[in-house]
Amino acid sequence: MISVDKLTKEFTLHILDGKRIDACREISFEVPAGGFLGLSGPSGAGKSTVLKCIYRTYLPSSGAIRYDSAQLGRVDLATLSDREVLDIRNKEMGYVSQFLKVIPRVSALDVVMEPILTRNGTTRAAARDRAAHLLERLRIPSRLFDAYPATFSGGEQQRINIARAVSWRPRLLLLDEPTASLDKGSVQVVLDILQELRQEGTTMIGIFHDTELMESVADQVFRVS
Amino acid sequence: MLMQEWLANGKPGEEADPAGYPFGFMDEGAKREVRRSILKAVAIPGYQVPYGSREMPIARGWGTGGIQITLSLIRPDDVLKVIDQGCDGSVNAVNIKKFVKAVAGVEITTNTGAATVIQTRHRIPEEPMRADQILVLQVPYPEALREVEPSEAETRRMHAEADYSRMWLFLYEDIVRFGEISISYRYPVTVNGRYIMDPSPIPRWDVPKLNRSETLFLFGAGREKRIYAIPPHTSVEPLEFEDHTFRVEDFTGKRCARCGAEDSFLDEVIDGEAGGRLYYCSDSGYCDKRVEPCNL
Amino acid sequence: MQPVIKVRGLAKRFGAGCDRCASSTGPEAETNQCPHCGAVLACNDVSFDLFPNEALGIVGESGSGKSTLVRLLHFEWDACAGTVELARTPQLAHLPEFFTEGEAYSRNLLGLSQFQKRQVRNALMGIVYQNPYLGLRMQVSAGGNVAERLLGAGWRNIAAIRSRAAELLARTEIPVARMDEPPRNFSGGMQQRVQIAKALSNKPLILFLDEVTTGLDLSVQARVLDLIRSLREEFQLSLLVVSHDLGVINLLCHRTMVMKYGRVVEAGLTDQILQDPQHRYTQLLVASQL
Repeated sequence: MISVDKLTKEFTLHILDGKRIDACREISFEVPAGGFLGLSGPSGAGKSTVLKCIYRTYLPSSGAIRYDSAQLGRVDLATLSDREVLDIRNKEMGYVSQFLKVIPRVSALDVVMEPILTRNGTTRAAARDRAAHLLERLRIPSRLFDAYPATFSGGEQQRINIARAVSWRPRLLLLDEPTASLDKGSVQVVLDILQELRQEGTTMIGIFHDTELMESVADQVFRVS
Repeated sequence: MLMQEWLANGKPGEEADPAGYPFGFMDEGAKREVRRSILKAVAIPGYQVPYGSREMPIARGWGTGGIQITLSLIRPDDVLKVIDQGCDGSVNAVNIKKFVKAVAGVEITTNTGAATVIQTRHRIPEEPMRADQILVLQVPYPEALREVEPSEAETRRMHAEADYSRMWLFLYEDIVRFGEISISYRYPVTVNGRYIMDPSPIPRWDVPKLNRSETLFLFGAGREKRIYAIPPHTSVEPLEFEDHTFRVEDFTGKRCARCGAEDSFLDEVIDGEAGGRLYYCSDSGYCDKRVEPCNL
Repeated sequence: MQPVIKVRGLAKRFGAGCDRCASSTGPEAETNQCPHCGAVLACNDVSFDLFPNEALGIVGESGSGKSTLVRLLHFEWDACAGTVELARTPQLAHLPEFFTEGEAYSRNLLGLSQFQKRQVRNALMGIVYQNPYLGLRMQVSAGGNVAERLLGAGWRNIAAIRSRAAELLARTEIPVARMDEPPRNFSGGMQQRVQIAKALSNKPLILFLDEVTTGLDLSVQARVLDLIRSLREEFQLSLLVVSHDLGVINLLCHRTMVMKYGRVVEAGLTDQILQDPQHRYTQLLVASQL
């Protein structure tokens, strides 16, 4: 489904007189369709970098990221045009970041509903139900559904983040420390949700700070050093 | 009578040649230019044709545009009627009549039916006019869009591109403010489905007379140097909305105190002595005919 | 997916110009004024595609050429060079003369007459300016401002016009009870929202937003931006968002172009521009954000 081939990313900081920083070097791995790859390694090794390169938030310096797109066939995400990357992000590839991007004046429910509406094209009522259901499972109290997430706790924001990423059932899901700020109970709920997604065929690549947890959900683990 | 005939027959009417001026005061070249502009105006109904407006022995703002058209068209066998606000006897109308008679020797009348050329300020006669008659209107402000746009360059562009949304917006705002379109004279009309035209300061009452008439209407603005025209059988539609249609002045219950007419445009006069209001036909010729039908 | 509008090599110069202008100006030269002839290259060699239902951001500081770009695309100013081509959309069906038989894209619109450009603009484009006095007629009621395009398109029923204007004003959160007031009585945020309603009245395909929230209070800005987001989604508009504020760009735009001294120095996905800026100037801009 996705094959990363000698991916290398370095940053050139012009404002520091061209200082170069290596973020990751010659990373190669493959994930079959429906598989779950965990990325392990010490802090600063480049795990987040790899995910961001796949999502194209970072421009890879060299190497290839071959992905089997449902819309475009086999493509190299590293060299794909901006527009095509957007199409893939819109319809196939999801990303759970560490931080919730807070959009002003959009309620928690709307935040989760929006991707369902735009990507799956269901009715407002159906989207609302699914969103509400997800938030409930993730133990967001219903009294917070209409509230703005900017004022939520870190854990609550993270759960909304996850709900937003999984609600529309992407083909490929990238997860960057999805359970970092969650309590044990919530972690289990998240893992259950991910498991359900996997059963529907979603391929996943994830970074978990808890190695034990990661090894319990991932099919394979790749060590980034 | 054609010009050649007139020349061949020893220029009858030439005795009307005071102080060495040519027939009709203006020289032939000037008249010809005015006639060319008139032809262009007739070819493009409602379009303002710029022309070289000549100096007249009357100041600008007193009908020099109308006079230039009349002088350019008049022939010795024409019969001229001149009215001002419908009245044959006003100072302005009388002076113009005397002037044209002096320089062209034409017969003068107050009977609309007998005239071949009628020059008018701000009214159209009540009697329907015929195909063998020409109505020449005096125009102070030829530009219908001036109310919404002060720039001449811009109004020309608006006419060229038929970009009239701002005029319609002006009417919309009237309706929002007053519940109706408040324009009383110079009511904008669409001519031949193309140009928006200012019909000169005639009252609303007279606007329907322009539509698909037998008569040729010529509009002369001497100060502003424009001529425009409505040829016979041309559509002239006042700007209106489906749910706010054009309507004329309402004289229900009023009649002319002199002739009793209930179907003419009435002037309102305050009775200085007895108090109260009286109404009289604005079109004095029309009123005269009703009062003394045998005397014409 | 094909772009709605294709721009190639767009340029605008103020002044006579010489053959050294292009090489003597730009981000490396740190100026957009030619040192040899004094001409100002407000923008030079700008190329991009705008796709349906997307928001493209243009970020840059004063003098970057971003507002010039909008003026050129909105046909307010004449370009000196470049091509602008439009895809065959239903909105242009009544203007077949702009297309060659069999071609998916129009002729270069920059070569059209002023009248033709206005026709394209009325059919396809809406614009919201930073200064509401540029986009609105302050002497005319709010409803009248929205109605103007409708009247120009031949609407002749007052009740229908008012209904549509009220609908658009309500959608932009202007109290309908105030639709007959002139916008000069409104607050800044309300004036911007009237501009938005007016820009939407002819159902445009492309909406230009030129620094529309600059100068507004933060809470007001949030409301206007949120409105724009939801309108874009609802009406499937393409937006061209010009701003010097990276936060606004981040909120609204999927893709972004960075301009400096009249040139595009970098273009890419918005999150990539903000998190992995490549060009020196973009890195400076991102690092300078509060």
